[in-house]
Amino acid sequence: MSKYRNIAFAAAAVLLLGCAGASAQPAKQTAKPAAKAEAAKPDAKPDARLHIGQPATAQQIAGWDIDIRPDGQGAPPGQGSVKQGEEIYMAKCAACHGEFGESAGRWPQLSGGAGSIASPDPVKTVGSYFGSVSTVLDYVRRAMPFGDAQSLTNDELYAVVAYVLNLNDVVDDKFVLSKDTLAKVKMPNAGGFFEDDRETAEKSFWNPKPCMSNCKPEATITGRARVIDVTPEDKSAGKVE
Amino acid sequence: MSDTNVSASPSRRRFLATASGLVAAGVASPVLAQDAKIDAKALPPNVADWSKALGEGVVAHPYGSPSKFEKHVIRRDVEWLTASRESSVSFTPLHELDGIITPNGLCFERHHSGVAEVAPQDYRLMIHGLVERPMIFTFDDLKRFPRVNRIYFLECAANSGMEWRGAQLNGCQYTHGMVHCVEYTGVPLKVLLAESGIKPSAKWVLAEGADAAAMTRSIPLSKILDDCLVAYRMNGEMLRPENGYPARLVVPGWEGNMWVKWLRRLKLGDEPWETREETSKYTDLLADGKARKHTFVMDAKSIITSPSPQAPIKGKGFTVISGLAWSGRGKVKRVDVSVDGGRNWREATIDGLVLDKACVRFYAQTQWNGEPWLLQSRVIDETGYVQPSKDDLRKIRGVNSIYHNNGIQTYAVKPDGEVENVEVS
Ligand code: HEC
Repeated sequence: MSKYRNIAFAAAAVLLLGCAGASAQPAKQTAKPAAKAEAAKPDAKPDARLHIGQPATAQQIAGWDIDIRPDGQGAPPGQGSVKQGEEIYMAKCAACHGEFGESAGRWPQLSGGAGSIASPDPVKTVGSYFGSVSTVLDYVRRAMPFGDAQSLTNDELYAVVAYVLNLNDVVDDKFVLSKDTLAKVKMPNAGGFFEDDRETAEKSFWNPKPCMSNCKPEATITGRARVIDVTPEDKSAGKVE
Repeated sequence: MSDTNVSASPSRRRFLATASGLVAAGVASPVLAQDAKIDAKALPPNVADWSKALGEGVVAHPYGSPSKFEKHVIRRDVEWLTASRESSVSFTPLHELDGIITPNGLCFERHHSGVAEVAPQDYRLMIHGLVERPMIFTFDDLKRFPRVNRIYFLECAANSGMEWRGAQLNGCQYTHGMVHCVEYTGVPLKVLLAESGIKPSAKWVLAEGADAAAMTRSIPLSKILDDCLVAYRMNGEMLRPENGYPARLVVPGWEGNMWVKWLRRLKLGDEPWETREETSKYTDLLADGKARKHTFVMDAKSIITSPSPQAPIKGKGFTVISGLAWSGRGKVKRVDVSVDGGRNWREATIDGLVLDKACVRFYAQTQWNGEPWLLQSRVIDETGYVQPSKDDLRKIRGVNSIYHNNGIQTYAVKPDGEVENVEVS
């Protein structure tokens, strides 16, 4: 079986090589005439527009354009201090995220975890994991407080984020966050991310001849889900809609 | 449904109830579960009631729903996973389905701030940033554009994320149910962006949802122009609210999180935005403390859906092993099945459509006579990528990635036909 497959693979490879070699030229040659034919068609105007939709006005855009980039692009006017932020945080955030960002119950933890990211039990928080201040600012601006999103004023936004940074010892008690001071904040994990490298780091997963028989010694069970027993019970299974 | 009088272990109780949909009380083994409620008066030589009396007339259910005997075929969640149901996930019951298309009402859900209820007449899609002409479209506008129909899988990057440190959840609904595969009808973004024009400096697109999470991801413009859609239909009907009604982004083969639902805004820019969903979340933390970002493509993956912990084998003899496979890099080329924990493999049959970045259905026909199986499947895609074992993945990625766990799943099949999620050497 595997021998047969080898032969088949080899033949396919030859075929492929042959095809590639033979077709490279013609493909190039046909490319131009085809493009010309396209341009000559009566309905293929240089302007591909269908003229559907309306221009978006500056005012419409301003109401929705809430994103903030790491370089500060999009950051709104305004400012807020750690001190002001503490009050807002206690009123609007602490119930879920805990007075010190430690999390109340099972809501996300916003502080702590310093130095844990490379450990077997990483604790990802604003301080330990986020790569840039803009990420916190952008996120709180669009999504927090949970259930009352986009309700903070710009000053409140800067203040509460300044406070979250302070909880993480990223800025001192006197810090005032604004568009101008944004770039000065250095997040501890700023250098913690790199571009997807799976195609090189995991090259071994591309295998033209995966093993079919006697691939390893007899397999034995090393772990079981039922020992852990965290699967939901049939309470939900029986729920009638 | 009540489950009193069940003496079996809790998880066994669940097997029975989910596998048969019957009240499990007093049932000794899954093989017999189906017999529990048989009504002899309905069996030949008797003539059943439904063969004599009139049934319901037309439009008794103007929008039909599945048979009442299929009530167990539902999405389920795992409550301990999240603090609230508004930011949570429910799972597709893969073990109850066949073919490649997921019925709309069973498509897994993942919301970050609950389901936005967007009225179609109040829906707007804004396109701005590095464009020639900032544009705004109504829902009626969207429906006027030329459209295409495409079948794609959508997998959450966190699918199987609970299994990095070992076998945890017992059932493919929970371990692999954050995937679905439907036919979308939508407008290619290439067509929409022709209306706005694109400035030469544009390289990235920020896609933003209209929900209270204003879900946001940066997507390379090249991908957007290649095959992304703004979809408004799934499986022929309008999107379900939980899937982004009235319009969502379709990003074929890439992380489900990028398929922004309730899509309200596309902004073109020259750099990624590094939003929370592409840094704090959806980055893959390796053992050395560095994290991969922009890991958009979903690696090839397969899962046996039957037999599986929620779908035990019901009788000895002829048995069909059935499952799903997909790859974010293109078409599935082959699926192999092993019954001895990956020592020996045989090629499964792929039945039905084999499409780019869509699920395929595979089958392997065999005999089972009570011998202990260690069942596995592995997919090979058209780029030659072979689904790795969990241990091979861990060797490179450690166990803290959360996302992109596409390792080979193992099921132990026991002499009574029950199936358990296990890990093997
Ligand atoms: C009702 C509970 C609740 C309240 C109140 C709340 N949050 Fe949150 N917060 C959440 C939840 C839930 C998430 C995760 C949402 C998701 O799944 O996307 C979150 C996420 C966050 C995150 C991202 C954490 C991470 O690691 O990615 C930040 C930062 C944050 N909240 C800040 C705030 C701030 C600042 C406030 C007050 C203005 C606030 N939150 C109020 C529930 C809450």
